[in-house]
Amino acid sequence: MPSYSDIKGSVQDNVIWKSIFRPGSIYRKGYRDTSRDRALAAMNNVLYHLHPVKVKRHGLKLTYTYCLGGLSFFLFVLLTITGIFLMFFYTPAAGAGTEIAYMNMRDLSASVTFGALVRNLHRWGAHAMVFTVFLHMARVFYHGAYKPPREFNWVVGVILLLLTLFLSFTGYLLPWDQLALWAVTVGTNIAGFSPVFGDQVSFVLLGGVEIGPETLLRWYVLHVLFVPFITVVFLAVHFWRIRKDGGISGPL
Amino acid sequence: MADVQMDQEVYDRLIAEGKSERIARAKAKAAAVRKGKIAEGQTLGPKPAEEASKALEEFRASRGSGGVATKTAAPAEAGAPAGRLSPEERAARVAASLGNGGDAGSIGVPAASDHTHRLLALVPPSGIQQVQSKQMDKVYTWPHLLLVEFVALLAVGSLLLVVSFFLDAPLGSLANPNEVPAINKAPWYFMGLQELLAYFHPAVAGITIVGVVVVLLMALPYADKNPSAKPENRKFANMAFTFFLAFWGLLVMIGSFLRGAGYEWVWPWVQGLGFTL
Repeated sequence: MPSYSDIKGSVQDNVIWKSIFRPGSIYRKGYRDTSRDRALAAMNNVLYHLHPVKVKRHGLKLTYTYCLGGLSFFLFVLLTITGIFLMFFYTPAAGAGTEIAYMNMRDLSASVTFGALVRNLHRWGAHAMVFTVFLHMARVFYHGAYKPPREFNWVVGVILLLLTLFLSFTGYLLPWDQLALWAVTVGTNIAGFSPVFGDQVSFVLLGGVEIGPETLLRWYVLHVLFVPFITVVFLAVHFWRIRKDGGISGPL
Repeated sequence: MADVQMDQEVYDRLIAEGKSERIARAKAKAAAVRKGKIAEGQTLGPKPAEEASKALEEFRASRGSGGVATKTAAPAEAGAPAGRLSPEERAARVAASLGNGGDAGSIGVPAASDHTHRLLALVPPSGIQQVQSKQMDKVYTWPHLLLVEFVALLAVGSLLLVVSFFLDAPLGSLANPNEVPAINKAPWYFMGLQELLAYFHPAVAGITIVGVVVVLLMALPYADKNPSAKPENRKFANMAFTFFLAFWGLLVMIGSFLRGAGYEWVWPWVQGLGFTL
């Protein structure tokens, strides 16, 4: 019977294992709590795209960032995962008499395993994300963290706030209940008052002159594909600029 | 390595200046080491140019009249910095270091020494870039930052899970374009906007005010020329932004909790809460 270290050796000492884990990875050499291994743990990790090897000590203080930016991103990831789950059980169809979308919502709560829980997570998570993004903006303002060289990243952040609101708003219509229909009516009526192109803006948003099945399909595609895609692009720029602009701001 | 002693005087001074304990300790240790070196009679910092030139002179002297090349090269080098080698000298040095140049030795290494290293290049002090950067108090991302992030993620994730377990997302009756509900509200984050609509024409409330707010938000970092991030230096900015947030917060609160059927003003304890998340 081979010993544990024999098995470990044969698993780790082969071409495949070494192709997966980079030289210096703690999964190749093991981890000892030394400065070198701490640095390597950050460097040989996909998180190296987000975090440098070392960060300013003051940024660790919970009362400096309250983790708000990180939590916004965490909620975005959580919403993506729960959203993909929901997509399996949802059809964006709402023709008169065949409101499949609404029936899907009923089935989701009634007969899909964990359906209600995942929908709740998606709904409350969305509200939470709007809230954390908003708080994140306030935190950044009060720390003057938008000052040079971080001006542009603030602008990207404002765009991300708008995208978050738009993501949340497009998702609001999908259950196709009275709440959704009329909340969205209030919102899109305003867009119709845009100067010069009001009617056109309204038509593009609704896919017609009033909210109907076409609007549902349109907002569904916006919600699950288009806006998340744009958001990911801006998130990438946002995170990249944090590091290029010298990491977290401060200390005050 | 033995523990480096700390220069208590420097440490106390830095602490009094408000430096962090970590930086004060590091600087005090560096000061102690420096003091020790001075006591031993060592010179600190880059070696002066004269010393480097002297080493070169010694090298040339040790080669003596050994090479005609040196003599021809020397006049040409007269105006050049003392630390230049003629190609012949360079070749001789390489030969010496390889052990087939007789006992001429190399630059900076006496001819009859058993040193195995040799001088590779002479760098005048003026050629060394002096980098003046402030030492920042930094910690390793792993484990310090990642641990904090992981705990925050778990805390919010589990809170959300508990809320989702006990609180069901609302689902009204089937959408009916012909039946306007009595209480007709946008999602809460747009309630500030809807509240504005109660006072202004939609083109003003929905488009103009919102557009101006978004543009102002984006222009903010370019408009704010105050370089300081300290709260005591930006009282006006903080006050203005707080008013802005409070204004929107108030509108959202009014719209969410104090408006009922037909968007009329109601008291929630009289007619109930006309608010759905």
